Amino acid sequence: MSQHPPLVCRFDQCTKSDIALVGGKCASLGELINAGIRVPPGFAVTTEGYSRFIDEAGISDDIFALLKDLKQDDIEAQDRASDRIRELIEAAAFSIELEDEIAEHYRSLSNHCSRPAVPVAVRSSATAEDLPGASFAGQQDTFLWVRGVDDVLAHTRKCFSSLFTARAIAYRIRNGFDHKDVAISVGIQKMANSHAAGVMFTINPANGDNSMMLINSSFGFGEAVVSGEVTPDEFMVNKVSLDTVARTITRKEVAYVVDHENHTSKCIELPAERQKVQSILDDEVVELAKLGKTIEKHYGRAMDIEWAVDSDMPAGSNIFILQARPETVWNDRKPEPKSKPGASAMDHILSSILTGVKLGK
Amino acid sequence: MSDNGKQFPNPHELETIPGTEGWERMYPYQYEFTTDDPERKKYEEETFWFYDGLHYPEPLYPFDTIWDEAWFLGLSQYSHRIFSIPPVMGVDHRMKNGYVYISPVPVKDPEEIGARVPDFTERAGYYYENWDVLEAKWVDKMKSTIAELEAVNVPVLPKLEDISFVKDGIGESSGYHLLRSYDSVIDLGIRCWQYHFEFLNLGYAAYVTFMGHCQKLWPDIPMQRVTQMISGIDVIMYRPDDELKNLARKAIDLGVAETLKSSRDYATVAAKLATNNAGKSWLEALEAARYPWFHVSTGTGWFHHDRSWNDDLDVPLNAICTYIDKLNSGASIDRPMAEIAAERDRITKEYRDLITTDEDRQAFDQLLGVAKTVFPYVENHLFYVEHWFHSIFWNKIREFAAIMHEHGFLKDAEDIWLLKKSEIKDALWDLTTAWATGVKPRGPLVWPKEIEWRKGVMKKFQEWTPPPALGPAPEVIQEPFTVVLWGVTNESLANWSDVADNDNISLFKGFAASPGSVEGPARVCRTVKEIGDLKEGEILVSPTTSPSWAPAFVKIKACVTDVGGIMSHAAIVCREYGMPAVVGTGTGTKIVKTGDMIRVNGSTGEVELI
Repeated sequence: MSQHPPLVCRFDQCTKSDIALVGGKCASLGELINAGIRVPPGFAVTTEGYSRFIDEAGISDDIFALLKDLKQDDIEAQDRASDRIRELIEAAAFSIELEDEIAEHYRSLSNHCSRPAVPVAVRSSATAEDLPGASFAGQQDTFLWVRGVDDVLAHTRKCFSSLFTARAIAYRIRNGFDHKDVAISVGIQKMANSHAAGVMFTINPANGDNSMMLINSSFGFGEAVVSGEVTPDEFMVNKVSLDTVARTITRKEVAYVVDHENHTSKCIELPAERQKVQSILDDEVVELAKLGKTIEKHYGRAMDIEWAVDSDMPAGSNIFILQARPETVWNDRKPEPKSKPGASAMDHILSSILTGVKLGK
Repeated sequence: MSDNGKQFPNPHELETIPGTEGWERMYPYQYEFTTDDPERKKYEEETFWFYDGLHYPEPLYPFDTIWDEAWFLGLSQYSHRIFSIPPVMGVDHRMKNGYVYISPVPVKDPEEIGARVPDFTERAGYYYENWDVLEAKWVDKMKSTIAELEAVNVPVLPKLEDISFVKDGIGESSGYHLLRSYDSVIDLGIRCWQYHFEFLNLGYAAYVTFMGHCQKLWPDIPMQRVTQMISGIDVIMYRPDDELKNLARKAIDLGVAETLKSSRDYATVAAKLATNNAGKSWLEALEAARYPWFHVSTGTGWFHHDRSWNDDLDVPLNAICTYIDKLNSGASIDRPMAEIAAERDRITKEYRDLITTDEDRQAFDQLLGVAKTVFPYVENHLFYVEHWFHSIFWNKIREFAAIMHEHGFLKDAEDIWLLKKSEIKDALWDLTTAWATGVKPRGPLVWPKEIEWRKGVMKKFQEWTPPPALGPAPEVIQEPFTVVLWGVTNESLANWSDVADNDNISLFKGFAASPGSVEGPARVCRTVKEIGDLKEGEILVSPTTSPSWAPAFVKIKACVTDVGGIMSHAAIVCREYGMPAVVGTGTGTKIVKTGDMIRVNGSTGEVELI
C-alpha cells in the first residue's frame, strides 16, 4: 500500500496485513488470489474510505452524540440510536472524489467482465472479525445482484450503516470498545454468472484415495448440485497427471439461473437437447483440477470446494472458486500406515508375494 | 487354488483340426493334454491354463519350441528350486494345435509356504543386496557364452579327412565334430536361457511389490503412473536405435545422405558409397555399429524368422533414411530423455507428497529404490539373450540346415524349422553314420515327406484361433510373471471370456499403457518389414513391437498391440515418446483394418473405431 491509505482497493491488491484497511473478508480474498486461487474479481471500499465518508458527510458529531451515554442494559435506547444513525448514514452523500473512486472501480470491474453494469454482491468486511471472541461475522448485511453505480453506492452506505446495528452497538458497550475506534470496509464482488457450477473434492470421497479428485457439475448455479435436485455430471481426475480417468454424463433436467427482478435465483427446466450435454468442457475439468490442487496445497488438507464457470469471462479466467472448506470424512480419520513399521524392502516383497493378486469373483 | 467362478473350455474337449491328426509328434511329448492317465487328466482339467499370446502370436514351429522348453526349465527352477518363492513353484506348459498354454503352479499347503520363507528370504535377499555385483558377473557370463557360440565351428563333411588328422594325431572325425557342434549350439542356447532367468523372477517380484504398495496407498492409481516412476532410466535396448540416429546424423555431416536415400537396397547403396572417401568413412561407421548392436532382431527374437539387422541391412538403411528425412525437416529425433526424467521426478514427488504416514513413505522409498535397481536388468537381458545371442544362434542352426539340405534331408534349407531339436540330432546321426560308412542315409526318404505334411498342419494351425484360457480361473495369482508380463487380472479375464464377432466390434479394450487420447488413421503392420509403409500421423496396430520397430515411433501418433503388458516394449517406448498406447488388446490386428479411423485412449485402455 502507498503512504496514503487508499479509499478503494482491488482485491488482488489486498493482503493479510491489510485487515485493518479492508477487513478480514476482503483481505482473505486477496490472499486467495495471490495464492493463485481464482475468485470472482472485485474491490474493497476501505476503512479509510469509510472514515472519509463519515467525515465529509458531516455526520460524525451527530453519530457520536447519539451513542454517548448509552447504557449497557437500555436495549430500547440502543435500538433507537441504531435506527437514527443508520438513517443518517444511508441518507448522506458521498464526496465527489470518493464517489468517483468507487464508480471508476465499478466501471472498470464491468469492463473487465465485459458486461455493462455488471451484477455484484455488496457485503461488509469487518475489521474486528479476527479479534478473539469478537466475531462480527454474519452480523453485517450482504446484498446480491446489485447493478449500476447508484445501486452500488446505495448498498455501500447500507453496509457502512451495518456497523451500527443495535447488536454491534450493544457488543461494543458490553466489551468496552470505543465506537470511534471501529471502522468497516465494504467488498464489492462480481456475482458469478454461472454457465455451469458444482462441487469438487480433492480426494476420492468413496475410498479416500488422495491422488484423485471428484468433480460434480451441472448447468447454472451450484444450488442444483448442492441441493441434490439434479444428478450432476461426474469426473474423476488424477491429481498428479490431470487425466480424467472416468466420467459420467447425466441427464440434467433443471438449472438455477438469475432472477434480476427479485435479486435472487430461480429454477428453470432445461431444454431437452441440452439435458444430456456435458456441462463443462474437458479443458475446464483440467483447469478446475489445477485449482483444486492449489487450494488443497494452500490449506494443507483435502478440501470440499464450490466452484462456477462464469459465462461473462473469457476462457482461461472463467472458473471461480466460491467456497472452500476442509473435507470432513477422510480428514478426520487418523491416517493408518499400510506398511509394517520398520520393515525392510525384502519384508515388503515377501509379504506382497504371499498375498498375491486377488482375482475375486 | 480354489476357482473364482469363471470357467473356460476344458482342455480335453478342444477339437483337433481335421487333417492334423498326429500333430502332437511335432512337439515334446510332455506338452500334450492327455486323458490316458486319470490323475494327469484330473490335474489338467482342474488347472487354469492361459494362452501365452504374449510370446507366441502364431503357432510354434517345432524347432522354435526350444525356447519354450528353455524357459519352462529356467523360470520354474529359479522360482521353485533356487529361490524357493514361498507360494509358487514353477509355471507348467502344454500345447494345443501349435499354441502354448501355461499355468503358474501354487504351493497349496500353507505350512509348506511358511517353511519356504527362510530360504527365500536368505537367497532372494542376497540377490537384492548384491544386485549390481551379480549383474556385472552376469554380463561377463553372457558375453563369454555368446563368444563360445560364435566360435562353434560347424564342419562340412569331407570325402577324405585332411592329412593333419593323421599327422597331428587328432583322433576325432569331422562327423563326430558335426554331432558335437550341434550339441554345443543347443547346449549354449539352453545355458543362455539359464542366465536369462537368473534375475528376472526377482526383478518382477520387486515390480509387483512396488505396484502393490502404490495400489494400497492409492486404490485408483493407474498402472502407467507406477511404471512412469521407473521410466527414463537409460538401458541398452535403446542403443541399436541410437546407433541408427547417429548414422543418420553422420550421413548428413558427410554429405552422403542423398546417396543413402537413392535406393532401398543396401547393396546398391553400399556400392555407391564405396566409390568415394566420404562414403567409405560412413561405411566404416556402419561397420563399427554393427557388432553387437545390429544383432538386434526385427522381431522379438523368439522365432527363426525374426532376422536381425545384420541379416538384412535394408531394414536399418530404411530406418536411417527415415531419420535423415526427419532431421532434414528440422525435427528432433532424440528421445526426450531430459523431459521424461523431469516428468518422472515430478510425478514421483507429487505421489510421494501425498503419502500421509512415515511408515508408508519409507516403504515407498525402499520399494521404488529396488524397482529402479532391477529395471535395467529387466530391460537389458532382452538384448543379450533374445537379440544378440539368438540372432547368432539362428544362423548357426542354418549351417546345419545347409548340410542337411546338401545331403537330401531337406528339400529347402529353411525346412529345418519344421523339425524338433531332437529330430535334427537323430537326422544328423543318420547323416553322419551314412557318410562314414559310404551308404545312403534313410533321412531323405523320411524327412521331406514328413515336412511337407507338417507344412499343411502349420497352415491349419495358423487359421485356428486359440481360446485365451482353459479351465477354471483361480481366486488368487501369486506368480510374479503372470501378474506383470501377462497381466492376468479380473479385467483381462472378463475380456477374454467375451468372445465377440470381430467384424462388428466398434470398441475394444486392452491395458492403458501410455496416457493421452488421439484419433487417426490406422495402419496394421504384422512384421517390421511393413513399417516402411507407415505415414506420418498414422496409428500403428501390430501384434507386438520390439526395439527394431523403434523407427516407427517417430512417425506414429499412437500404438495398439495384440500382446504385451504395461512393461512391454510398445508401452515403454510410447511413454518415452509421450504418445498414447493401448497394449494387450488380444485381437487388435484382427479387428482394425489399415485405413480405419480409430481413437486410442491410452488413459482408459479403450480403442474405438470411428
